[in-house]
Amino acid sequence: MAQVSLRKIVKEYEGGVQAVKGIDLEIADHEFVVLVGPSGCGKSTTLRMIAGLEEISGGEIDIGGAVVNDVPPRDRDIAMVFQNYALYPHMSVRENMAFGLMLRKFPKAEIDRRVNEAARILDIGVLLDRKPKALSGGQRQRVAMGRAIVRDPKVFLFDEPLSNLDAKLRVQMRTEIKKVHQTVRTTTIYVTHDQVEAMTLADRVVVMNHGVIEQVGPPQELYHHPRTRFVAGFIGSPAMNFIPAKVEARGAGLVLLLPQGTELAVPEHRVARYQPYAGKSVTFGIRPEHLTDTQNVNKPHVAFLTLTPEVIEPMGMETLAHIKLEGAEVCARLDPLVEAAPGVPLPLAADMNNMHLIDDATGLVI
Amino acid sequence: MSATARPSEMVPGLGRRVGSLRSERRWALWTAYISLIIAAIVMLAPPLYMLLTSIKTSAEIANLEGNPWLVLAPTWENYAAIIGNPMFRGFFYNSIILTVCVVVITMVISVLAAFALARMKFFGSQVLATGVFLTYLVPDTLLFIPLYQIVGGLGLLNSIWGLVLVYPTLTVPFCTWIMIGYFASIPKELDEAALIDGANWMQMLTKIFIPVALPGIIAATIFAFTVSWAAFVYPTAFITRPDEMPLTIGVVSQLIRGDTFAWGQLMAGALIAALPPVVVYAFLMDYYIAGLTAGATKG
Ligand SMILES: Nc1ncnc2c1ncn2[C@@H]1O[C@H](COP(=O)(O)OP(=O)(O)OP(=O)(O)O)[C@@H](O)[C@H]1O
Ligand SMILES: [Mg+2]
Repeated sequence: MAQVSLRKIVKEYEGGVQAVKGIDLEIADHEFVVLVGPSGCGKSTTLRMIAGLEEISGGEIDIGGAVVNDVPPRDRDIAMVFQNYALYPHMSVRENMAFGLMLRKFPKAEIDRRVNEAARILDIGVLLDRKPKALSGGQRQRVAMGRAIVRDPKVFLFDEPLSNLDAKLRVQMRTEIKKVHQTVRTTTIYVTHDQVEAMTLADRVVVMNHGVIEQVGPPQELYHHPRTRFVAGFIGSPAMNFIPAKVEARGAGLVLLLPQGTELAVPEHRVARYQPYAGKSVTFGIRPEHLTDTQNVNKPHVAFLTLTPEVIEPMGMETLAHIKLEGAEVCARLDPLVEAAPGVPLPLAADMNNMHLIDDATGLVI
Repeated sequence: MSATARPSEMVPGLGRRVGSLRSERRWALWTAYISLIIAAIVMLAPPLYMLLTSIKTSAEIANLEGNPWLVLAPTWENYAAIIGNPMFRGFFYNSIILTVCVVVITMVISVLAAFALARMKFFGSQVLATGVFLTYLVPDTLLFIPLYQIVGGLGLLNSIWGLVLVYPTLTVPFCTWIMIGYFASIPKELDEAALIDGANWMQMLTKIFIPVALPGIIAATIFAFTVSWAAFVYPTAFITRPDEMPLTIGVVSQLIRGDTFAWGQLMAGALIAALPPVVVYAFLMDYYIAGLTAGATKG
């Protein structure tokens, strides 16, 4: 078990493509860190540099207190689970799991003990003598994890391990991975493009975009206090609404002027923060769950507005209303009992305590 | 466009379509069987004729009357003569030594070369891979003259060891090319998993690549075996001493004296010579067909 530090890590592929542009990251012992971001943002590249499968163009990687830049993968004491499992097709499940230990000349009894222990944790005891082609996708995924667990490495690396599974199995395996981590407590770096996976699994989430880290933090912090518009829009589903707005002074306070003319009062404890933007255009960000129907809204700092939904989507436990505004698509979450119909004006309540303002010039949340 | 289903029209239409599918399939089967039967007749007629000739007496072979496809007095005398002939046993032995050596040398070189060319990206590896294949396109009838010089210079004319040296020039390029294809189809993650598991290049080759690419290795082995067992041009050119001859030229050169053809023995010898390839094919085909790569990754 070990901590991992990335210091100014750069990856430049032949042809001058900078896939990773100097990232810094400290990962503590036992921590579960998830790298998340859109396709092509450099997550896999970062992970593969940690694994030693990709040369590092610049910076330093430190695993357990030693710089490993020039250490080959086999000597880094890491284990990796691949998206397509990468099981050895000619070996049984048992041999697949034992392979790494055999190459490291572990005694037979110790190999057996570890394989059986991993099989118990993952509940694949009955599959031990099968070949990978006789396993389902979820079972192969478990074997791939078993192969990592038996090695008892310093660090687990996962590259989108669940994206080949169907939706239901993905949720199940997600829980499984979390359980395994709670059992073995190995430092884990997990790559995914699925923000739900990131939120549910991570101690800390690292949001990447275009080869840089946008923000690092615990899931709740990223959710409630995104630092940039990118993070605000990436984390959360359905995504945060972004509405062009203008900040205007009204007496001692401030209001947000929306495109169709509605004014929303800014809570007084935020006035000082937003004062410098008075008279300027900004982007108003609000999550769908903070833009609701008008029942049960006797909280402070609620602003009311009426919008006309275009599409109503009943989800069962809630109903989503999609509204088209000038320059923005807005989504509101309604109680399923509220009567809403497309084209019929709908009174809505915006919880202004959970509002965000984004500086359009910098993309930063104010 | 409307996709409204009108049952009254759909059902008969559907029935017709199923019927036409069935008759189409029947047609396909018929055509397949007819072409296969024609092919089988064309392919099997010569060996059958050899077999028939080999169990005839010389007198019966020489008799030009009657149907040559009928055997009136079957006899084993040709086989007995061939097997009892120590010279023929020598040819057989030479062929076996030669072929085993060539297959081993070929497979060692081409597996190692293909692994390097398919997986270790080094300067010029692409050009080299193409080059290997291009050398295969040069016909051996063109190569044997310069090779005669080389083998002669080495003092290996009239020795099967000269052939052991020369045959790999025919087999290695093609076998390497086959193996590059098989190795390239092994997912990259498999090597990476092995690297992380602690394998070095040699272990990756022996413990992952060779077992996973076994069908390819068997295909290449069959090829090398066939080329080496059946080669005719090189031994004809390089070997004149009977005790160093392999089967292919031994049978021909010893059983044809001037214009006297010992047809019965020739055919018996040729059939015995054809036996090892048949046995090898029969044994290896099962492995060859069993797809071993299934289940490496999803899909
Ligand atoms: N071998 C390579 N040569 C050149 N460019 C590459 C290579 N591998 C990746 N890239 C580029 O580097 C960038 C980052 O790739 P990477 O695989 O790390 O993305 P990712 O975040 O894992 O995306 P995904 O979610 O699609 O897996 C991409 O723009 C990609 O095109
Ligand atoms: Mg990736």
